[in-house]
This record gives sequence, C-alpha cells and structure tokens, in this order.
Amino acid sequence: MSVNASWYLTLAAVLFTIGAVGLLVRRNVLVMFMCVELMLNAANLTFVTFARTLNDIGGQSEVFFVLVVAAAEVVVGLGIIVAIFRRRVGATADDIHNLKG
Amino acid sequence: MHDYLLAATIPDAITFVVAAAICVVGALGVVLSKNPVHSALMLIMTLFGVAVLFVEENAQFLAAVQVIVYAGAIVVLFLFVIMLLGVDRQEAINADPLGHQRLWALLLGALTLAEVLLLAKGNWATGAHSTSGSLDQNSRTNVYVLGKSVFTTYLLAFEITSALLVIAIIGAVVLARRTRSRIGSAGGGDLTPPFDDGQGPDDDTDTAGGEAPETALPEPDLVLSEGRLVTAGESAARPPSGSLGRPAAAAFGGDTSAPAPRPPSGASGAPNAPKQEAHR
Repeated sequence: MSVNASWYLTLAAVLFTIGAVGLLVRRNVLVMFMCVELMLNAANLTFVTFARTLNDIGGQSEVFFVLVVAAAEVVVGLGIIVAIFRRRVGATADDIHNLKG
Repeated sequence: MHDYLLAATIPDAITFVVAAAICVVGALGVVLSKNPVHSALMLIMTLFGVAVLFVEENAQFLAAVQVIVYAGAIVVLFLFVIMLLGVDRQEAINADPLGHQRLWALLLGALTLAEVLLLAKGNWATGAHSTSGSLDQNSRTNVYVLGKSVFTTYLLAFEITSALLVIAIIGAVVLARRTRSRIGSAGGGDLTPPFDDGQGPDDDTDTAGGEAPETALPEPDLVLSEGRLVTAGESAARPPSGSLGRPAAAAFGGDTSAPAPRPPSGASGAPNAPKQEAHR
C-alpha cells in the first residue's frame, strides 16, 4: 500500500510554492524559466496523485499533455530569450522594459 | 510511527521520504544557486525525484517520459541556452525596482502554501468519479491503459498537440534564425528605436549598405566555398602550385584526377582570385 495521497499533495504544494517564490525572487530569466518548470512538475504530481486516488486514468493522460505543452513552451521561450539576449548584455529580467510606458 | 503517519508499508514510506527529500532539496537548489548551470542540474535532481514518485504511484509510463523528455531534452535545452548566452553574466541580485518585492514574494508564497495545504487536508474532491476509465482495466499494464485513453478519449487533443508541436518548432526556428537581411530590416525598421543603445546607427548603415550585397550574396558564397574547398585540396596535394584557373570547373571536375595537367597553365595569375573572395 502506497503512501497516503495527502502527503503527495503536500509535497506538490511545497514544490509549487518553492517554484512560485523562486519565480518572483530571482532575476535571471533562465532560472525563472526553471522555476516555471518546477511549478509544472508540482501540478503533474497532483494530477497523478488524484488519478490514483480517484482511480481515473484521465489524470495521467492530462500529465501527458502537460509534458508536451511544457516542451513546446520551453522551446519557444528559450527562442525568445536567445532572440532578446542577442541584443542585450545583462541577464536580468528587469532590463527588458522596452514596452514600459 | 511511519505506519501511522504515512499510512503505508515501510518500503513505500522510505521511498516516498527519500524521493520527497530529493525533490525539495533540488527545488531549493534551483532557487538558491547563484550559477544557472547549478540550477539546471538541481532541476534534474527534482525531476528524477518526481519520476520516482510517479513510479511509486503506478504511473510507470509517465515516469519514463519524465526522465526522457524533461531530464533528457528540456534541461539539455536549458544548458544549451545557458552555454550559448554565456555563464558569466552577472545577475543583478540587489535590484529591487518594485519595492520590497522579495518580502511580498515570501509572503505570497507562505499564503499559497497555507492555502494549498488546507485544501490538501480535506477530502474535497467529491462527485462522480472515473469518467475516463479506471487505472487497471482487467489488470492491464499502465502503458496499455494510458495509451487507450490517449488514443480514444483524448484523440482530438492528441492531434491538436501535434499541431502545437509543429507551431513550436516553426516559431523556434523563426525566432532563433540569424538572417542578416531579416534582422537588418526588422531591427532597423521597428526594433531599433526601443533597443537603441549606440548600435542603432551601425545597424542602419549596415542594412542600408547591406541591402545591395545581400541580393548578390548567394552567388559569391557559392564560389567562395568552392574556392576554399579547392584551395585546401590543392595545397594539401601540391604546395608549390596551389592554383586553380577556373574555380567552378576545378570544384566540379577534377578534385583528384584532373589537377595534374592544369597547374602549369593557370599558376600565374589565378591563385589570388579565391583568396580575395575569401577576404572580402
């Protein structure tokens, strides 16, 4: 018998919180991107836990699609980062404020 | 104690505790590392921990995909971009343009954690269950059940996913491609005013002058590459001669056989021609 689902949900909550705080605290765009991945993984863990708890394969299918979308998101996001940093010297997100009025 | 706390057998409890510790330590490492490369490696650690938890929850296929896609592809992509952009960029860690952003971030994080923990405590997921098939249909394997679900119930979403992947690939190629004419025209026209940090005039002159050679670029490029190829082969074969009268003919015709009769004829004036092409 596996561990109770509440512990998985608690761990997912902790992971999500670490990712969210990291996204708000860090200034490096790449590290912020990694924190987004952390939050996605926490959500995936929640999905799988509920799939087990409710005995429903739909949760695992959802994780499958989340993985695909995360891969696409990373590809496009890193492309944007590379395109921006070709013209910039710093790695700080606050330097990218060209659209600020 | 463990039996009461985690409501599981001892191996399962140990697995969960170890994997959870790996996950949390990796996540903290992602946030706290100064070096982005260390952050990426810590992210791999977290992803492996989550994969172990997937196995623990009987999601074997997702665990394999987690390791292959995340740790194998996405983190490698991260590392590639880090190396491409340079590791030694300094992060302005003390910049605080919004005012007490870190304090608010920690406060918001504590609030989120409290809320989600409150939600995780109660059994609030009520209603009808199992609308898309149970986890073990006649004791089938996880891959069978998941594949059947994805390819029947979620078939439309799966096909749309393929379109999404194609769009992502095209977008990445368009974003990351460095064509001189395209960057010049777009950057000179639209992007130079906001991005203007002393490089704008250079870009403008570059594009203004670069428009005409841009159209004529493919032809000399072809000759240049052929000339280089032939010069390299010739010099390796016969250092004193080093000549090629007609670059195109030498490239297409005799790289190995024909040069024997040719050098004395074109050795006088021709050898500088491809080098000038190369320097230009």
